[in-house]
Amino acid sequence: MMANMVGALNNALELIMKENEDVVLLGEDIGKDGGVFRVTEGLIDKFGEGRVIDTPLAESGIIGTSIGMALSGMHPIAEIQFAGFMYLGFAQLINHASRYRSRTRSSFSVPMIVRTPVSGGVRTLEHHSDSPEAYYSHIGGLIVLEPSTPYDAKGLLIKAARMKDPVVFLEPTKLYRLFKQEVPDGAYEVPIGKANVISKGEDLTVITYGTMVNLVSDVVKKKGLSADIIDLRTINPFDEETFIESAKKTGRVAIVHEASLSFGVGAEVAARIADKAIFELQAPIVRVASPSFPYPFPGYENYYIPNEVKISEALDRLMSA
Amino acid sequence: MLSDVYDSSIEYMQIVDQNGKADESLFPKDLTDQKIIEMYKNMAFARALDAKILSLQRQGRAVTYAPLLGEEATQIGSAMAMREKDIFVPTFRQHGVFLVRKLPLDLFVLYWRGFEEGDEIPKGVYGTPDIVPVATQMPHAAGIAFAQKYKKTGAKVIAYVGDGGTSEGDFYEALNFAGVFQTPLVTIIENNQWAISEPRSRQSAAKTLAQKAVAAGIDAMQVDGNDVIAVYKATQDAIAKEGPMVIECNTYRMGMHTTSDDPTKYRSDSELEVWKARDPILRIKTYLTGKKLWDDEMEKAMQDEHSKIIDDAVEKAESFKPDPKSIFENVYSYMPNTLQEELDAAEKSGFWQGDGK
Repeated sequence: MMANMVGALNNALELIMKENEDVVLLGEDIGKDGGVFRVTEGLIDKFGEGRVIDTPLAESGIIGTSIGMALSGMHPIAEIQFAGFMYLGFAQLINHASRYRSRTRSSFSVPMIVRTPVSGGVRTLEHHSDSPEAYYSHIGGLIVLEPSTPYDAKGLLIKAARMKDPVVFLEPTKLYRLFKQEVPDGAYEVPIGKANVISKGEDLTVITYGTMVNLVSDVVKKKGLSADIIDLRTINPFDEETFIESAKKTGRVAIVHEASLSFGVGAEVAARIADKAIFELQAPIVRVASPSFPYPFPGYENYYIPNEVKISEALDRLMSA
Repeated sequence: MLSDVYDSSIEYMQIVDQNGKADESLFPKDLTDQKIIEMYKNMAFARALDAKILSLQRQGRAVTYAPLLGEEATQIGSAMAMREKDIFVPTFRQHGVFLVRKLPLDLFVLYWRGFEEGDEIPKGVYGTPDIVPVATQMPHAAGIAFAQKYKKTGAKVIAYVGDGGTSEGDFYEALNFAGVFQTPLVTIIENNQWAISEPRSRQSAAKTLAQKAVAAGIDAMQVDGNDVIAVYKATQDAIAKEGPMVIECNTYRMGMHTTSDDPTKYRSDSELEVWKARDPILRIKTYLTGKKLWDDEMEKAMQDEHSKIIDDAVEKAESFKPDPKSIFENVYSYMPNTLQEELDAAEKSGFWQGDGK
């Protein structure tokens, strides 16, 4: 079927719920309204309000009760309406979901997924456009996924629903309806911890994910560069092997993400390349990211999010070093 | 036009007063002399265990510890009311609950010696491990209760929270969830009057903490939390009832919050004296001896038995050899390459030495 990311996720959720009756969806407005981005549209009619559960407006409660359900052998999939609202449930993820397995030596596990839209570019209100992937990755114990295509969105969500781990599933709002692609009708998995090399080249490596993937591809194409473009897809635990090998091969590396620069995923990727491939580099590693302050009001977002010009200038710097 | 749209009241229950005088007309139906003796023994056991861990902590053989001294009736009464399948969700102070619900004692000691293996709750012990951040266990309890309803297990969830915990957002969010979805959640507010150095009056201007349930549409009551029979009865009734319930147990933390604070700094001796007279163990002992159901010889035999069980558990826990590799191996359901690399590096280096002290 041809599907955009919303359609692919909706289809994935339907397949997951058919496959496992211990799966329930819970969140705000996910029932008759189908979620504010319509990802759960129609699922309440197919599975009933016992499995597609509109909850009170309480993010810590949604995530905390999901942990309780998961401890009891269910597999809850929670939707948090916007990334900026998810911090109310941050303590539950950091203090409990991330460590329940290790602190009980796997006597308990927390199979659950928390989905939330992330990143900006769609002129929404304040707190609707955060890119929080680094926060959830830093603790360890949470699997953090961020697809950039409908195909990956469906395959990663199905894979996550078949694992016994807590998963933070980040869905770039801008990509929800940006493009359609052919997606298999049935269930399939996209592996966790495996990056997608979306193009192969010789001259440079660009490591990216989420909203920046398409932009990077466009810039590389326009500039006629021969690049390995690596879409991480899994932010934590990520596919180090793929990007280290690529860095060694090309000797020039750029890392591009929408989240702000300081203490971001780019820093982690750069540190690992410095550790394992620095003598094979021909130029300093370049990072492209938003500036190091909170996401601004939508009127200013085009001055904030990296665009083609910013990426292009960075790649020029990388290639001329 | 103005009219009343809601009215509410909170009942208070006491069955055995501080002098050991019982209102037997309120006794639960299944309460035999034998069961009261068992309650007494469990409370005494909890207090002996508590004293032991405290002593181990003072000797550097246990980590920071939160004593239960004074709160035995709330814990033993509620735990003994649970049926085997009912699931308890503790804070970090429900030692008496673990004891009644048959957590192997060496695991309990191991936890308080600072090892996660103590949280390996065996199959057949229906409960979750200690939770330290205040009230964050409450949404878990609401979710576990939701799952019991979803899976039609018929089990109730009995969650514990302190007086300080009732000020947390997670407390309200969990009760609200339980109210909306009518999940089988019994919440025991173990109101020990103090949240470290903050008195009950600093947590809320509400006359009772139980009434906080009213806003969530949940029935609530208050009981004398130092009256083991009242707590038992209230919990038993709540378990038998459909839907959620909140029970506030008025008790008193006779010791410190944890081994890291000194209560003489923030509360008066006279207050402690008042509550010493309300000691939960003393009153039930008075009741039992008055009925000629208990004597000094039985007391001595019980104490010897408890000491032996506790010493054996401590010995077993102290023979435990930590294995830091086990942490790495239990972070995810699989071993990511990046984490494997960190494990390999740790194993290769001289960083892991001795027994982790």
